[in-house]
Amino acid sequence: MSIFVDEKTKVIVQGLTGSQGRFHGLRNRDYGTQVVAGVTPGKGGTDVDGVPVYDSVGDAVRATGADASFVVVPPRGASAAILEAAAAGVRFIVCITEGIPAQDEARFYNVLRRDHPGVRLLGPNCPGVISPGKCNIGITSGDIALPGGPVGIVSRSGTLTYQALHELSQQKVGQTTCVGIGGDPVPGTSFIDCLAAFEEDPDTRAVMMIGEIGGSAEEEAAQFIKDNMSKPVVCYVAGVTAPPGRKMGHAGAIISGSQGTAQAKMAALADAGATVALNPTEAGERMVEIVKTLD
Amino acid sequence: MDLYEYQGKQYFARYGIPTSPGGVADTVDEAVTQADAAGYPVVVKAQVKVGGRGKAGGIKLANDAQEVATYASAILGMDIHGHVVHRLWVEHASDIAREYYASFTLDRAAKLHLCMVSAKGGVEIEEVAATDPTAIAKLHVDPVDGLSVAAAARLVEEAGLEPEARGPAAELLVALYRCYVEGDCDLAEINPLILTTDGRVHALDAKVTLDDNAAFRHPEWEEFAGTETLDERELLAKEKGLNYIGLSGSVGIIANGAGLAMSTLDVVTQAGGSAANFLDIGGGANADVMAAALEVINTDQAVRSIFVNIFGGITRCDEVANGIVEALGRVDLRSPIVLRLDGTNAEAGHAILASHISDRLVVDETMLGAARRAVALAGGAT
Repeated sequence: MSIFVDEKTKVIVQGLTGSQGRFHGLRNRDYGTQVVAGVTPGKGGTDVDGVPVYDSVGDAVRATGADASFVVVPPRGASAAILEAAAAGVRFIVCITEGIPAQDEARFYNVLRRDHPGVRLLGPNCPGVISPGKCNIGITSGDIALPGGPVGIVSRSGTLTYQALHELSQQKVGQTTCVGIGGDPVPGTSFIDCLAAFEEDPDTRAVMMIGEIGGSAEEEAAQFIKDNMSKPVVCYVAGVTAPPGRKMGHAGAIISGSQGTAQAKMAALADAGATVALNPTEAGERMVEIVKTLD
Repeated sequence: MDLYEYQGKQYFARYGIPTSPGGVADTVDEAVTQADAAGYPVVVKAQVKVGGRGKAGGIKLANDAQEVATYASAILGMDIHGHVVHRLWVEHASDIAREYYASFTLDRAAKLHLCMVSAKGGVEIEEVAATDPTAIAKLHVDPVDGLSVAAAARLVEEAGLEPEARGPAAELLVALYRCYVEGDCDLAEINPLILTTDGRVHALDAKVTLDDNAAFRHPEWEEFAGTETLDERELLAKEKGLNYIGLSGSVGIIANGAGLAMSTLDVVTQAGGSAANFLDIGGGANADVMAAALEVINTDQAVRSIFVNIFGGITRCDEVANGIVEALGRVDLRSPIVLRLDGTNAEAGHAILASHISDRLVVDETMLGAARRAVALAGGAT
């Protein structure tokens, strides 16, 4: 099994006719993902390397029965693209767009929460999701993932997601699903959403979680691990030695309730019973040790 | 991007948030002219993006032109916590009855906007939060609903603002919310928000952080960008779209993605070295961006080796390799490069670099291995 996506997932690519959409959309298809359609307003009736293009998500869903969408459009069009997909009945939306204004993110997150509670948004500004051997939606290089499980990966950072996959695959430890949730202010899917899904997935036996400095998402995840996770969790929090990030002013510091330092996050995760590593390689090594003890 | 106080007040004015009459001055003569226009007494305020201006002597009350000239001359050129004052804001002095606090920002955990109001303004709000948390009234605002005058009125009452301040304060909050949302602010903060002795409520200070991601729909922000004080290297990095932060070590760092860049700093430190910088070339960087990143690092005299750590996703390793080759031809790099290249099109990238491998360009298979070599080339563990 896997979480969120599998071999039956049918994907449309919003922005397939753009250079990024074409490159990654076709790469996802070549990986084995069912990429059934593209959507670009005004280009309906054309095709991209055999993938039919429609004018709207509604048209594409009616014609293909797609249930997932991969949004690869520039920041100014991302908000409308996401809401169009949700309104058209897509249940899972992956948005990789980087640079969407925070006000837009706050707005479409809450529109989805209210009007489309059954829709899951992953991202924005995330690498996407890959269930190795089954489905790859996003920009992750499929050849660095290894099918078969038993590890689930969830990461806030794009490139560290690849690093985590790479560390495990090098050690011949497979993955059930790897989810990059993205590091933007209002991520559609949280660490907790992924941890809960991995806890329920029978094929996932252990979880690797990659966090980074800032905000309080890791602390919230730590509380969830403490209260709800029976499966072992290995964590790495990037930025142990990083300089203080952009100051958000007084109001921001109060909300977070802590400084958002890697040290505070690591302490919370260790307190929750997770194994905490100091770098991605060590996280991979700890996970290999844990996987050996399973069965 | 953080705005200066005067820019924040000008931004507030676009949304009808009342401020004191005043103007900007870069010279003593201009300060006097602005003071004459605003009407005495006036307050002469240093424009720096750092707290503690008042205590440092950067804010003075002046009763006539002579005093304005004296204070303006003292404050211009003053160094306030490492920030040199080049500009003043001169405004009519207010008769203050009460000092309040008001702000809007995003509560990431709740995924809603957060409005905070306090009757205890004029002091550091963190201090209020620590010593008297009940003095801060908070309201989550759903961006789909927005903020009504009625909800704002309940909040200012809860915060304990004086009865005569509540009406105008509630209206001001609604205007500040519009400024925060339509103006694409990460933070819109007024401290102090004052009640004057004649019953008016207005902003005596302005702290505004704009969301750089929204610049595409705010052409008016260009005037703010021109006043940012960056050093030469930061300016060069910004022009090239690079996320660069200077540090004090000897290993130059280039990585794609903020997470991997932070992690690269971590492993360099764990290998016994120290990073000279944080540099994220971003997602989808092409050859030109990679070459620019090497140029920026090359201007840092403290750098002894450069660790380029790339895991391609949307970034293609062949593009990165082309950028390195281009930089080798274009820039006289003072330091050797240690490269780790994995991910999208990695094989093509390695093939492009094959004929350029030398003691000036070393490739290592792993992130930890590359970190150790970069630290060794920089002179070993510190």
